[in-house]
Amino acid sequence: MTDTESPRTPLPVIELDDVRKTYRTGALEVEALRGVNLRIHEGEYIAIMGPSGSGKSTLMHILGCLDVPTAGNYHLAGEDVGRMSEEDLAQIRNRRIGFVFQQFNLLPTLSAWRNVELPLCYAGVGRAERRTRAISALEKVGLRDRIAHRPNELSGGQQQRVAVARALVTDPALILADEPTGNLDSVSTQDVLGLFGELHASGRTIVLITHEPEVAAAAGRVVRIRDGNVQDDTGSDPRTSTDPRTSTDPRAGGASTTLTWEAHQ
Amino acid sequence: MSWAETLRIGLEAVRTHRSRSALTVLGILIGIAAVILTVGLGEGAQGQVRDQINSLGSNLLVVSPGSTTSSSGIRGGFGSASTLTSQDADALASRDVAPDIAAVAPASQRNLSLTAGTSNWTTTVVGTTPDWLSVRARKIDSGRFITGQDVTGHAAVVVLAATTAEQLFGARSPIGATVTISGVPMQVVGTLTAVGSSATANEDDQAILPISTAANRVFGGATRTSVQSIYLEASSSKTLSAAYQEANSELLALHHITTPTGADFTIASQQSILSAATSVDRTLTVLLGGIAAISLLVGGIGVMNIMLVSVTERIREIGLRKALGAPPRVIRRQFLVEASVLGLAGGLAGAALGLVGAAALPHLISQRIDISLTAAAAAIVVAVGIGVGFGVYPASRAARLAPIDALRSE
Ligand SMILES: Nc1ncnc2c1ncn2[C@@H]1O[C@H](COP(=O)(O)OP(=O)(O)OP(=O)(O)O)[C@@H](O)[C@H]1O
Ligand SMILES: [Mg+2]
Repeated sequence: MTDTESPRTPLPVIELDDVRKTYRTGALEVEALRGVNLRIHEGEYIAIMGPSGSGKSTLMHILGCLDVPTAGNYHLAGEDVGRMSEEDLAQIRNRRIGFVFQQFNLLPTLSAWRNVELPLCYAGVGRAERRTRAISALEKVGLRDRIAHRPNELSGGQQQRVAVARALVTDPALILADEPTGNLDSVSTQDVLGLFGELHASGRTIVLITHEPEVAAAAGRVVRIRDGNVQDDTGSDPRTSTDPRTSTDPRAGGASTTLTWEAHQ
Repeated sequence: MSWAETLRIGLEAVRTHRSRSALTVLGILIGIAAVILTVGLGEGAQGQVRDQINSLGSNLLVVSPGSTTSSSGIRGGFGSASTLTSQDADALASRDVAPDIAAVAPASQRNLSLTAGTSNWTTTVVGTTPDWLSVRARKIDSGRFITGQDVTGHAAVVVLAATTAEQLFGARSPIGATVTISGVPMQVVGTLTAVGSSATANEDDQAILPISTAANRVFGGATRTSVQSIYLEASSSKTLSAAYQEANSELLALHHITTPTGADFTIASQQSILSAATSVDRTLTVLLGGIAAISLLVGGIGVMNIMLVSVTERIREIGLRKALGAPPRVIRRQFLVEASVLGLAGGLAGAALGLVGAAALPHLISQRIDISLTAAAAAIVVAVGIGVGFGVYPASRAARLAPIDALRSE
């Protein structure tokens, strides 16, 4: 975005400038975010950590275009999200972002595979293809034998994996996951992390929230949030991050952000 | 997302929320059926009166004694001092005096007992002239009607209406048989074809005598030339008012009355009788329509409630669909499809129930029901409109929320 950056540096896909979020409940005001500045480059794998109530989910919702900041700017792939139309935002949520909610948010009336295929419905994908893609996404999270179960017939960890499958099914360039392994045992955690590792290796940008150090360890960069501020960031410079593509992925250098971004559509 | 896809999602939601869908459909259904039936009952009652009055005869004017002005004259004259005579009738029958009057039938009547063998039956005995048949638009079923000779000769002949004939003779043909009225034996020379409708039963329960026979041999009394009513038939519906004028001025002249307000008779046209009678029934229709409108309103509020509640409890779903990339337009469409499917189902079922009811009820309560298409269409539009309006409006409001706000709603 800026002229001073070297041609080998991928442009930031996410730029937050002094983002604030204030919740008003009656007379009470909660400042959940108090001026967050954050740059995330394409292909980064970031873990967001911080104590409960520090504003991690709030930040994630803003990144996912599910909520709007009270003040500050959010540029996604160079475009100001605040100026986008509802229609554009719907497109972005549908095609570019895969979101895993902390509370899963599955539709209770639909079976697992029907939940997973939902984003594809809004992407205009045909019925047969939706089904195959939903089932293969569920297969990836180890739920091949549970595709016809309703959420209330699944364990918490299984529901969480359905939510992960739903985030992956559209093959989005940006994956935002709010504690995706919070309810999983160590084996399932490793499975999901392995999945994220593969996605990262194929060039997806991944941001996840976690309380577990071993999950954070899988990420190349850790951002710590405290009281609505970025308290600590292990590296905002993509060249110092452990981005596997800086050495292995030929698309990493040179190609413009927008191009690679579009390549995943 | 395509419309077919939206339709599928909508139908699925209807199926998933079975009891709510059923309640919505029921609310719409009852409202519409109620409107169709109540308005139909009102219209039916009105139609019945209209038919009854039309069956009196076409282009009919009825002259009654008494100065009862206004259109309620049909009841006015009976029983009051008889100021009409058969001379009045003869005068009106003259082509020179009243060229627009085609036929004249003076009539007097009493309720008397008729005896035939061992059978006994009390009915309305009418003394009149041969023109009565055409003026009152009746038909002979068997035999003949009374003739001019019968009238001049005071003949002891009688023509029976259908019900009367059946009561006295059963299935046997009464032609040629003898009926005794007030001790005078009369020969039955003919029977009248039934008018049909149950509402006009009294039209089918009569015995017709020559007016002279009735006055001199049966009814008796002092003023043998006085009559209770004179039926006039205008030559066509266009000459009805001319006929009215002719009859009015001729009778005023005959009775030596100079001021029209002092008239000792009343002329009622079929139209005035009709409008007086139907105005009562129109009030009934309006009243029933009001009740129907209220039931529609109550049904509509029920539908509104169910729709509002169902959308409110699905705001989280709306938030999630938005989060997964549904544009507000698609969400609006989904709820539009759902509400329309429910509305349409309720509308069609309601119309069907209304029609079935309209076909079945008359057999149970012997009340005629006339389907009013306007009322039915209005009911369907209102009920479906309420359903769709209150299904789509809150949904489209929820679709404007930020996804996370919708997801967090209770
Ligand atoms: N809708 C809301 N209305 C009012 N306050 C809110 C709302 N959502 C969040 N908050 C407040 O904002 C602050 C940040 O909440 P947030 O959910 O972002 O925390 P978090 O870091 O995700 O916590 P956790 O790790 O427990 O999930 C909290 O103090 C919370 O009470
Ligand atoms: Mg949280």
